Amino acid sequence: MISLSSPVKTRAHDWPAGMKLAGLCAATIVLFFIENLAVHAGILVAVTGVYLSAGALFFMAGLRQLRVLWPFVVIVAIWHIWTGETQQGAVILLRLLSALALANLVTMTTRLSDMIDVVRLLTRPLAKLGLNPAALDMAIALVIRLTPVLAQKGSNLTQAWRARSPRKPSWRILLPFTVLALDDADHVAQALRARGGFTPLKDP
Amino acid sequence: MEKNIALIALFAAVIAALGLIPKITLGFGVPITAQTLGVMLCGTVLGARRGTLSVLLFLLLVAIGLPLLSGGRGGLGAFATPSAGFLLGWPIGAFVTGWIVEKWRGAPLGVVATVAAIIGSIVVMYVFGIAGLAVALDKSLSEAAFLVLVFVPGDVIKAVIAGLLTAALFKSRPASVLSRYDG
Repeated sequence: MISLSSPVKTRAHDWPAGMKLAGLCAATIVLFFIENLAVHAGILVAVTGVYLSAGALFFMAGLRQLRVLWPFVVIVAIWHIWTGETQQGAVILLRLLSALALANLVTMTTRLSDMIDVVRLLTRPLAKLGLNPAALDMAIALVIRLTPVLAQKGSNLTQAWRARSPRKPSWRILLPFTVLALDDADHVAQALRARGGFTPLKDP
Repeated sequence: MEKNIALIALFAAVIAALGLIPKITLGFGVPITAQTLGVMLCGTVLGARRGTLSVLLFLLLVAIGLPLLSGGRGGLGAFATPSAGFLLGWPIGAFVTGWIVEKWRGAPLGVVATVAAIIGSIVVMYVFGIAGLAVALDKSLSEAAFLVLVFVPGDVIKAVIAGLLTAALFKSRPASVLSRYDG
């Protein structure tokens, strides 16, 4: 699976991506202006309900995505128990959880292709500033294609190191890695040019 | 044009790949999330403008739902965590790093790139990161700064590595180090 969008199909998958993104922006801003603990608790219950309505599998996947927050939860909890402002601490924690859960909800229910359509729409005004839409499309595709290629080359280098040294691979391995990346860039650039490139050919 | 696009895309892929490679442990066991090293390299190798574009491209792909951040994280949620300020500081950090490398020609490239990475990719990124933490966790700036100071030594080591790598890359592939190659 290449995208974080959920394989569990929900009704929200068919909603317009732009609308979901605008809704998320509005909801996140509103979350930061609410200071009432009961309201925050209500919001988190509602968000949990939305996740549950898409099924247990979807809910568990959403829960796993929230694990990144645990260091912050620990810090805030210790801090506010220490200072005695537990109510304020609870508001902060509930707000963090709701904001992240809502953002993940949009990512999980939006297909990559729909997201890219929104990007195209949003970057259209930039064409006047000289951004070539074809170049942006190609750059997105290149990164998606080249990331696994580079990761493979990195792991080949690591294996070559392990075959020759009893020590663990050190940062020195990054030099051949970046040189390989620069050479790849040269090859890709040549290939792009050979296929017409982004600028029309000029008469000599 | 094609070379610029290829390098910008390649460096975005380098940032992503640095998040996938199993831990590169530093000399004395400091675990590093190598991705900020990738951001530093964007600035020191590609220069201010292209380095920034490369980082922006990477963040765009993260935002539209690709799990490219270290640990397979990604999606809009990456920008809704308390540490999102650091991500927002990445492109600006890369810009400042690249700008310093482009303008300061009086010293060996390795030294210039290290100093540029420290100023651009540590000072600038921490300003954004700390501000983000302070807002998200509702703490004062100094309290938020206290929480992240443990990460500074690791980042300084990364800046030195970025400097060494940039100097070595300039020796082996001068035409690809756009921050210094005027061709």
